[in-house]
Amino acid sequence: MKNLLEAKFRMNYPGFNLDVELNLPAKGVTVVFGPSGSGKTTLLRCLSGLERAPSGILKLADQVWQDEGIFIPIHQRKVGLVFQESRLFPHLSIQQNLLYGYQRTQSVERNLHLDEVVEVLGLAALLKRAPDKLSGGEKQRVAIGRALLTSPKLLLMDEPLASLDMQRKAEIIPFIKRIEDEFKTPIIYVTHSVDEVLQLVDTMVILQAGKVANFGPVQEVFSDVQLREVLGEEQLGAVLETSVAGHDEEFELTRLDFMGQTLNVPKQNIDVGQNLRVHIHSKDVSLSTAPPAGVTSVLNILQAKVAKIGTLGGYSVDIELDAGRPILATITRKSLANLNLKPGQPVYAHIKAIKMVH
Amino acid sequence: MDLPLIDFQPIWLSLQLAGVTVLILLVWATPLAWWLAHTRSRFRVVVEAVVALPLVLPPTVLGFYMLILLGPHGWVGGPVQALTGSALSFSFAGLVFASCIYSLPFVVQPLHSAFESVGKVPLETAQSLGASRLDAFFSVISPLARRGYLTAVVLGFAHTLGEFGVVLMVGGNIPGKTKVISIEIYDRVEVLEYTQAHILSAGLLLFSFLVLVMVYSINRRLPVQVT
Repeated sequence: MKNLLEAKFRMNYPGFNLDVELNLPAKGVTVVFGPSGSGKTTLLRCLSGLERAPSGILKLADQVWQDEGIFIPIHQRKVGLVFQESRLFPHLSIQQNLLYGYQRTQSVERNLHLDEVVEVLGLAALLKRAPDKLSGGEKQRVAIGRALLTSPKLLLMDEPLASLDMQRKAEIIPFIKRIEDEFKTPIIYVTHSVDEVLQLVDTMVILQAGKVANFGPVQEVFSDVQLREVLGEEQLGAVLETSVAGHDEEFELTRLDFMGQTLNVPKQNIDVGQNLRVHIHSKDVSLSTAPPAGVTSVLNILQAKVAKIGTLGGYSVDIELDAGRPILATITRKSLANLNLKPGQPVYAHIKAIKMVH
Repeated sequence: MDLPLIDFQPIWLSLQLAGVTVLILLVWATPLAWWLAHTRSRFRVVVEAVVALPLVLPPTVLGFYMLILLGPHGWVGGPVQALTGSALSFSFAGLVFASCIYSLPFVVQPLHSAFESVGKVPLETAQSLGASRLDAFFSVISPLARRGYLTAVVLGFAHTLGEFGVVLMVGGNIPGKTKVISIEIYDRVEVLEYTQAHILSAGLLLFSFLVLVMVYSINRRLPVQVT
């Protein structure tokens, strides 16, 4: 059985067209990322069956949900939906909300039960309460639990954390990770938050103006210089997988190993050998063609090669570097001329800031 | 002074008529109101206008066409007579039929606005949790629209109770069969029995007033809550 999600949708609205073809691994978390108006929600509605794209195709593993003359209605699809608002039923208690879908799932198909979901999502204290007595974060956890209790083949989440503050987000993200670990439910997660992408995903799809602009592993997608338009100046940058090589107690630093080179970050409470994902914004990377002569305050200098020079225009330019994995640097056009950079040329990347993703 | 004799038969008949009418209306006004609340069809405005017609038409106009429709040669009365041997005009069944048209807007409109305010989200949510449309309607939509149902039932009932023109035209004035309370009042006034007319009129007035107070106060105090 191939574990794939295969989707092909074309929808025409006045002023907006969705034209998407996807082949995704049906496991783990896949993020659909894009600016508002890029068609993320429409794509999700097509995937769920709330919307029927004419002559669309949707296959999940060995099941056909939509094809020529086939359209399985949403209530028979076994897809869990979680939206920005929790959409709990106000006339039912939390327990009744949680069991709504469970009771409508055939007992042979139930592979999740109330106790487990309540345990994992920490809902025990809420069961008897009414939805309007819950905080935003609690409601969202109930909504996730309610969707999970239908034992879905696919969980679709549309900006589930967008209406929550940072603290509540931090409270829910671990739960979403646990869903993946414990219940093995593939998740498609729509967001326009880079932080959520970095914390959650392995695979991402970038939508732009109704089309797939890029998709693949997050490290690869994030180092695409074309992403500037989607991410904006502030968020553009490479995502690197590192492992903790050691701790420097004296200066309170943690050494990270990245493809044989070392990065120093403020001391982290993580054991040696553990993995750590870091995000290096392209505007925090400057370049030199020679090793720094004398002393510099920059601790992290990586050796790399120029891989690709982005489109020229304005005062700055994005450079894609190859340091074993791609790294992005945004420098001025004047610096590019001064350094006379060419693809293949060895350079030193001075990294001024590193953001850890937990 | 002895209390004047009140004939309870018209009152009982009115209550029966209003009850049966409301029950029938609930069944067929629900899908109609649902359709009106969610359709994007261009015929929507036409249907809305037809539903609202009894609000503006003189009851005599409605009653006149009903009489023709339900009579032995009418589109509805004809086939019924062929089947049962008697037409619908001047019968209790005919009154029920006419009332269902006459009171339709009073049931459809509260339901329509209730369904609109509930919106599509609860339906989509219920469907995503495995509920069929019908299941979602009974388990989620109707509890969320219960204020609309309460208003519809009360207004439909009270309005049917108070109808006069249509009843007179379609039903005539047959004691025990089609003589309802409003016609009884008319009869009493005609023969100058003001005391009985007073009792019946004041009763109906008080009843209508209490019913409306109840609806408005319940509507105010009935937030959707966990049952």
